[in-house]
Amino acid sequence: MWIDLAITMVKIIFILTITVGFFAPVLTWVERKQSAIMQDRIGANRADIMGFTALGLFHIMADGLKMFTKEDFIPEGANRALHTLSPIIALIPAILTFAVVPFGGVYELWGTQVNLVISDLNVGLLFVFAIASLATYGYVVAGWSSNNNWSLLGSMRTASQMISYEVTMGLTIIGVLMVYGSMRLTDIGAAQETGFWGFILQPFGFLMFFAASIAENKRIPFDAPEAESELVAGYFTEYSGLKFGMFFMAEFIEMVTIGAILTILFFGAWHLPFLTTADLLSMFDFLGDSFANLIVMFIHVGVFFGKVTFFIFVQMVIRWTLPRFRYDQIMKLGWKMLLPLSLLNVVGTGLVILALN
Amino acid sequence: MELLIFYPLALASIILALFVVFNKSAIGSAVCLIGMMLGLAGVFILLQAHFLAILQVIVYAGAIMVLFMFVIMLLNLKDDDTKWKIRERNVWLSSAAGVLMVGVLYKFMDATADAEFNSPATVPENFGTAELVGTSLFTDFVLPFEVASILLLAAMVGAVVLAKSKVD
Repeated sequence: MWIDLAITMVKIIFILTITVGFFAPVLTWVERKQSAIMQDRIGANRADIMGFTALGLFHIMADGLKMFTKEDFIPEGANRALHTLSPIIALIPAILTFAVVPFGGVYELWGTQVNLVISDLNVGLLFVFAIASLATYGYVVAGWSSNNNWSLLGSMRTASQMISYEVTMGLTIIGVLMVYGSMRLTDIGAAQETGFWGFILQPFGFLMFFAASIAENKRIPFDAPEAESELVAGYFTEYSGLKFGMFFMAEFIEMVTIGAILTILFFGAWHLPFLTTADLLSMFDFLGDSFANLIVMFIHVGVFFGKVTFFIFVQMVIRWTLPRFRYDQIMKLGWKMLLPLSLLNVVGTGLVILALN
Repeated sequence: MELLIFYPLALASIILALFVVFNKSAIGSAVCLIGMMLGLAGVFILLQAHFLAILQVIVYAGAIMVLFMFVIMLLNLKDDDTKWKIRERNVWLSSAAGVLMVGVLYKFMDATADAEFNSPATVPENFGTAELVGTSLFTDFVLPFEVASILLLAAMVGAVVLAKSKVD
């Protein structure tokens, strides 16, 4: 009982450290530096401690300090309670998704079974989907409570865009469900140890899910809700200081979430290609059972977050490559192209499964 | 142990439901309604109906309420519209609905009056999983399920037709 509780606490602390503590701040730097490299600029390099710039990494600290000390501004006529509440509503779902995300398999450590997922729900995949759909409210309420027309326009675009792409997301998830026959994310991950990875079995599902999830996160090319050139900053126009920082953080954590879900559903979760857990264990057999398990665990967690990092990199490349879609183009893409295609994907997957059986 | 989770959830749901009715701003009501639905989802989880709880969050809290909010924001109600008032022509309809609701509540009370509190029934294997809900939907309840689907389809087509005649 107590040891289970302790293990769960360690897992929660690990996940919070790696998302809120590591990925979110470092990604703010990566985004600037990567865009600079892609556009042949130098990028963030001015913040220094006693002459050391560390490739501009100190900008993370400078940013944090700036956000903490900025004035927290609430516009006149705004709904104060909802205005304060909405960044929280936006940030919580981004972190909450990781409750069901497995970042490793099951390991036998000194007589204790360690399953590297905080909560192994049997409806894990739907849980991810449900939490993603709740995230909409943070953005919608933010725009409405600001008493600003730009914000309101931004949040209306957010609402319609997120509803539209949720449909596609849900339908592509069904394809994955049909292939692996489980909604438990750990099962889907484990099935890819020896079986084919998701992107081979569901290539169209992968592409559509990727597109829909970028749209859900409202990043370029789907960033009409916060289009700078049209709406100042969309739904968070009237936010400053740490409240703005929370919206910012939610976006970056969501990038990590998207990377994690893509990895689990389509890219073999924590597994290395052609190397089963048993193979890895036999490689470290000379260390004894528990130590071998420990090392394999570290390898798997490393592999998982390596894949996640790769998908974050891909998202950043997309963000700095494509221009923004117009609002009506986003709607057209969602309802007239992705939705029928994802329906076809479900039917096609069903037919293939039927034919193979 | 279960009551320890149930009572706060139930209390929160009831208070939020009251706020839905008595809140002055429409958006505030909507936010309270979302909170109430999440509370209900929590009660479903206590009843071991995990799949139903998740569906409650996805369909009601996640999809339908976003549309509600969208409409509320689009209408952008003026002060005059947000005042509390009872429409004359709706009085009889509302009263009839209320009487029916009391009947439903009586039926519930009647059914659960003999039940022992704090002695949960034994839960069958697989109860509340997606597999079991799906199987019973497509075997025991296939007719109501199909009727409901056709009803939803008809409503969807109706909405499209209504909206289209406005646009053209």
